[in-house]
Amino acid sequence: MTLMQRLGSVIGLLLLFVVLSIMSPDFLSTGNLLTVLRQVSINALIAFGMTFVILAGGIDLSVGAILALTGAVTAGLMASGHGMVLAVGAGLGLGLVLGIINGVLVSWGKVAPFIATLGTMTLLRGLTLSYTQGSPIPVTNQSFALLGGGYVANLIPLPVIWMFVAFVVCAFLLRGTVFGRHVVAIGGNEEAARLSGVRISPMKLAIYGLSGLLSAFAGVVLTSRLYSAQATAGAGYELDAIAAVVLGGTSLAGGRGWLFGTLVGALLIGFLNNGLNLLGVSSFYQQVVKGIVILIAVLLDRRQ
Amino acid sequence: MSASPPLVRMHGIHKAFGPVKVLEGVDFELVRGEVHALMGENGAGKSTLMKILTGIYAPDQGGIDVDGQAVSITSPAEAEKYGIAIIHQELNLIPALSIADNLFLGRELSRFGLLDRKAMTKRAMEWLARVGMTRLDPDTRIERLSVGQQQMVEIARALGQNARVLIMDEPTAALTESETNTLFKLIRELREQGTGIVYVSHRMEEIFALCDRISILRDGQFVGTRDVPGLAFDEVVKMMVGRTLDARFPARTPKIGEVRLKVEHLSGGMVKDVSFDLHAGEVLGVAGLLGAGRTELARLLFGLDKTGSGQVSLDGVTVTPKTPTEAIQAGLGFVTEDRKAQGLVLDMSLRENVSLPRVPAHAGLVDRPGEKKQTRGLIDALKIRTRDMELDVRALSGGNQQKVVLAKWLALKPRVLILDEPTRGVDVGGKAEIYHIINQLAEQGVAILMISSELPEVLAMSDRILVMHEGKATALLEAHGATQEAVMTAATGGK
Repeated sequence: MTLMQRLGSVIGLLLLFVVLSIMSPDFLSTGNLLTVLRQVSINALIAFGMTFVILAGGIDLSVGAILALTGAVTAGLMASGHGMVLAVGAGLGLGLVLGIINGVLVSWGKVAPFIATLGTMTLLRGLTLSYTQGSPIPVTNQSFALLGGGYVANLIPLPVIWMFVAFVVCAFLLRGTVFGRHVVAIGGNEEAARLSGVRISPMKLAIYGLSGLLSAFAGVVLTSRLYSAQATAGAGYELDAIAAVVLGGTSLAGGRGWLFGTLVGALLIGFLNNGLNLLGVSSFYQQVVKGIVILIAVLLDRRQ
Repeated sequence: MSASPPLVRMHGIHKAFGPVKVLEGVDFELVRGEVHALMGENGAGKSTLMKILTGIYAPDQGGIDVDGQAVSITSPAEAEKYGIAIIHQELNLIPALSIADNLFLGRELSRFGLLDRKAMTKRAMEWLARVGMTRLDPDTRIERLSVGQQQMVEIARALGQNARVLIMDEPTAALTESETNTLFKLIRELREQGTGIVYVSHRMEEIFALCDRISILRDGQFVGTRDVPGLAFDEVVKMMVGRTLDARFPARTPKIGEVRLKVEHLSGGMVKDVSFDLHAGEVLGVAGLLGAGRTELARLLFGLDKTGSGQVSLDGVTVTPKTPTEAIQAGLGFVTEDRKAQGLVLDMSLRENVSLPRVPAHAGLVDRPGEKKQTRGLIDALKIRTRDMELDVRALSGGNQQKVVLAKWLALKPRVLILDEPTRGVDVGGKAEIYHIINQLAEQGVAILMISSELPEVLAMSDRILVMHEGKATALLEAHGATQEAVMTAATGGK
């Protein structure tokens, strides 16, 4: 990636900051900024996993559906009297397994990632609806509610901490490990990677597994924050995550990208939403603006 | 020169991309009825010059005359108007469409707004006849044609558009012997008819057999134009690289050791019952026509395709790799023929490409200093020319890219190294360096299986030569004393 491609999203975010702080006096308040960070954290967690999938030349449309099902299962287990540790463990484990199933479909089943995850997305949405019978599962466990609703030092929301921890771990995984190197190699040239002895199928299971795991984590945090699990939770989140990845400068064709860009992309979307709210722009037009921003970002990227 | 002005005259052409000067005052002239070779090392500026002639790039300075008239060619469509056409190395045909559909793509004949298939088929047959392909049915889909036939279709399309200047970029790279002969016959016929042909190639033998004049570029500079009759091979090399090469094929003192790779009755896919021994320190050349099963043999050995029957042992131990990973663990390396599609991750840095088969790491964590040290060592050992090991390999020249592929495997210290067309698309200077590397490896005791379609290369570099024909091994010759004729006889199935 060229320096300009890397810096583009960062410059965009800084510009947005300057414009919003001039136009709205409330924007730069600590309270507002932390609220936005908390909102962003769910999308960022999913988008980190999505970055690995896209870098490896794939796509994962099932992330929102995995979030909903794992959130519901976690809440459901606690509702039926199980402890928080078991419930969260089961939720995360389920996310990992569902991701691995995506990986199996893509690698051994040789199904195009778009189709494979479109299929599992639909299937998992249906499973979530039948599991919840369409009604929300309330959360009563107070310590579980802290996961998404708690604060550190009475100031920083816990989800923000999760987001930064996940960012550091994922960034290291991508840049500092053999696994990360192989992810980029597969996305850059799968055949060359295979001929170099990279085990493609196990890698894909791990990559989609990671995406599933992070989506499940997002599901647990969201369920905790909302005090309930809803079957329709996370609808459309896959597109927000893909938008964050692409805004961050990662190529949808795979093989080129970075995790910091994804973080910046997620922040861009979050602050844009927030700014438009503060400015009193109607939610109808907010979507229009978001769409235009994404298109401009991608067009600028193509020009270089 | 005759009284009539040349077909094309390019003079004083300058072109820079940002700070990089690619062409600095290049002249080039093509007259009617000549085959004019354009030579130069990779990166010398040949393709940029041809892209300017076909309107893809605009020159910064200099001009182009067509038939003595100054013209400005600003798009491929305009080049076509002046009768200038290019036959690309990567053929630009749509595989799922028919020959006729491809011939008329973008300029379909129509009646009342509907495609006039009858007229197009009829015209397509006329065009195909002009390139001697009377037996091809215009309704055949492109994907069912051989590479040679596809190339003929491309030439037919260019001629159908009244091309008088035909640019051919490495046209024989993927052709069989007989397809090459057919192509040469056609080129000579077109020359008789007055077409001017620019022939871009690295293959010296072909150029001397076919071309009338040679123009040579070096580092973006125009070195000169020479008439081929009476021209010496060494003279051309000297003009291209700016110095005399010590030898085209560096010598090696063979130090042949024990049997390292023993292949017995190996079959699978199109490979049928192939047996041979490969010794430590030996270069075993594998010759044969395109489609003889040479690459398929390499793929079987490397665990890429399924082995039907037979046995392979490495240093006395039976090996049956089912994946490249297992083959690498067993001690094999495989430099594939298509470095861009199979050898390199173009968007990754040189460092990352070199360490792809085995990233220096502790417990899964990349050892960055160790990786840099390893890369630095290989850059020095293979004389890879690059400013920075962090640059994407996409930016390197063909010869340097090929060295990166070699470096990738050398890092593993393989016991057996399979090379598939190791010098394809590499210029003369780069070739000599790669030969030198092959010799060094053999001297270090690596057993080398070298597949090559260039007979002089196979004869000069190998200790022994395995010749294949239709999946079978038809001869195993001592390279010393073997002749091109003997190899070709075995390669075509003769005894």
